[in-house]
Amino acid sequence: MDNNILLKIDEITKFFGEHKVLNKASLTVEKGEIVVVLGPSGCGKSTLLRCINGLEDIQGGSISLDGNVITQKDTRWTEIRQKIGMVFQSYDLFPHMTVLQNILLAPLRVQHRKKQDIKEDALKLLERVGLLDKKASYPSELSGGQRQRVAIVRALIMNPEIMLFDEVTAALDPEMVHEVLDVMLDLAKAGMTMVIVTHEMQFAKAIADKIVFMDNGEIVEISKPDIFFNNPQTERSQRFLNKFNYTEKR
Amino acid sequence: MDNMGLGIIFEGNNLLRLLGGLWITIKISFISVFVSIFLGIILGMIMTVNSRIIRVITKIYLEFMRITPQLVLLFVIYFGATKVFGIDIDGQTSAFIVFILWGTAEMGDLVRGAILSIPKHQFESGTALALKKHQVYLYIIIPQTIRRLIPQAINLTTRMIKTTSLIVMIGVVEVLKVGQQIIEANRYTAPDAALWIYGVIFFLYFIVCYPISKAATILEKKWASN
Repeated sequence: MDNNILLKIDEITKFFGEHKVLNKASLTVEKGEIVVVLGPSGCGKSTLLRCINGLEDIQGGSISLDGNVITQKDTRWTEIRQKIGMVFQSYDLFPHMTVLQNILLAPLRVQHRKKQDIKEDALKLLERVGLLDKKASYPSELSGGQRQRVAIVRALIMNPEIMLFDEVTAALDPEMVHEVLDVMLDLAKAGMTMVIVTHEMQFAKAIADKIVFMDNGEIVEISKPDIFFNNPQTERSQRFLNKFNYTEKR
Repeated sequence: MDNMGLGIIFEGNNLLRLLGGLWITIKISFISVFVSIFLGIILGMIMTVNSRIIRVITKIYLEFMRITPQLVLLFVIYFGATKVFGIDIDGQTSAFIVFILWGTAEMGDLVRGAILSIPKHQFESGTALALKKHQVYLYIIIPQTIRRLIPQAINLTTRMIKTTSLIVMIGVVEVLKVGQQIIEANRYTAPDAALWIYGVIFFLYFIVCYPISKAATILEKKWASN
C-alpha cells in the first residue's frame, strides 16, 4: 500500500431519506496534495466533505485516514476530528467570543494544551493571515473575508493533517474573495493537504494538483487541472465547463 | 383647592400600608416569575424535541394560556376550582397557580425560540472542532441562548408584575387594593384622594418595573454588537 496516501474514500454511498446523494464515490488524497472538487450545485460535493469528518453518516463504503478506517460504529470522532480541519461557507465564528477566544476554544477544551503555548501559536497564525490587530475584536466587527481567515486559523491551530474547505468564498463579497484565497494558496505552498470545494474556476486551476468533477452524486472525472480545463475527459464535465465559459480558447 | 389628597398619603400609616400592599404584589410576581423561568426553561427544551405528540400538546397548552385573559383564568381557579373540586384555595394561592401556569407557557415559548434561533452551523462548527456534544452546548449554544433570552425574559417579568394588579378581583389585598381602601376611607374628607393615591401607586409600579426594563435595554445593547 502506498504510504503517501493520507485519505482514502472507498465507494461511499449516502442517502438523505430516499434520495441518493452520494453514489459509490471513491477518491484518494496523498499527503501534501491539493484536491479541488467541482460540480454543479446539489451534486453532492459538500456532502462528500461533510462525510469525511463525520458530520454526515454514510450508508455504504468506507473512509480511511492514515490507513485507519474512520467510518465504523466505534469511531472516536473527537480524536479523528482533531486531525481534520474544516472551514464552512457560512461565517461560522462563535459570535459571543472574541477572535482569540474563538481560536483558543478547541485547543484548550479538546486538546488540553497550555494556554500560554497556544496563545503564542494563535498570535503567530493571526499575523500570518494579517489579522493580528483583530485578536480582541468580536466577529460582528469583522468583514466576511476577515471572519473566514479567522475560521481558517481556528482550524489550523489544532495542527490538522488535512484541511477541508467547503465553498469558503461563496458567501463573500467579490472584493474579499482574494484575501481568503491568498491564505489558502499560502497554506498550499506550506505543504498542507487540502480538499477544497469551490466555484472559483481560476483559483481551482491555479491551486489544484487534482480536479475532481462530481455530478448527481457521482465522481465523474478525476484529472490534472490542465487536462480537466483544456481537454475534459467526459461529456458531462465538458458541459459543466461550457456553462462557466471555461473551455479552451487557445 | 386644598391638597387634602396628598396629605392622606402621609396620614397615619397609609404610606406603610401602601408599601405593604406593594410587598404582596412583588412577592406574588417575583415568586411566579422565578418558578416560571425555571419551569419555562424545562418546557422550552421539551418543545424543541422532535416529537409530534409533544409538539401538539405543548402548543395547545401555550395557545390556551395565551388566548385566555388572565382574569378569566383567575376566576376559573379561584371561584371554579374550589366549587368543583371542593378544595379551598385562597386568593394568593390562586394567583400563584395562574401566574405560574401562564408564565411557564410564555417562558417556554421564549426558550424554545431562543434555542431554535441558534443557527445549525454553530452546532456543526463546534462539532468539526472536535468538541464533544456537551461541550458544544456548554461553550457555544447555551451562552448564546441566554443572551437572546434575557431581554425577553425581563420584558415578560415586567408584564407579569403589571398583570398582578388583576388579583384585586379575587380579593387579594395587594398595592392597588390598599389604595382603594384608603380612598374609600377618606371619601368625604378628601374627595380628590383618588388622583394622589393612584398617582403614588403608578409611581410605585414604575420604580419596581423601570430598573428591570432598563436592565433589559442595557443588556440588549451590550449583546446586540456581538
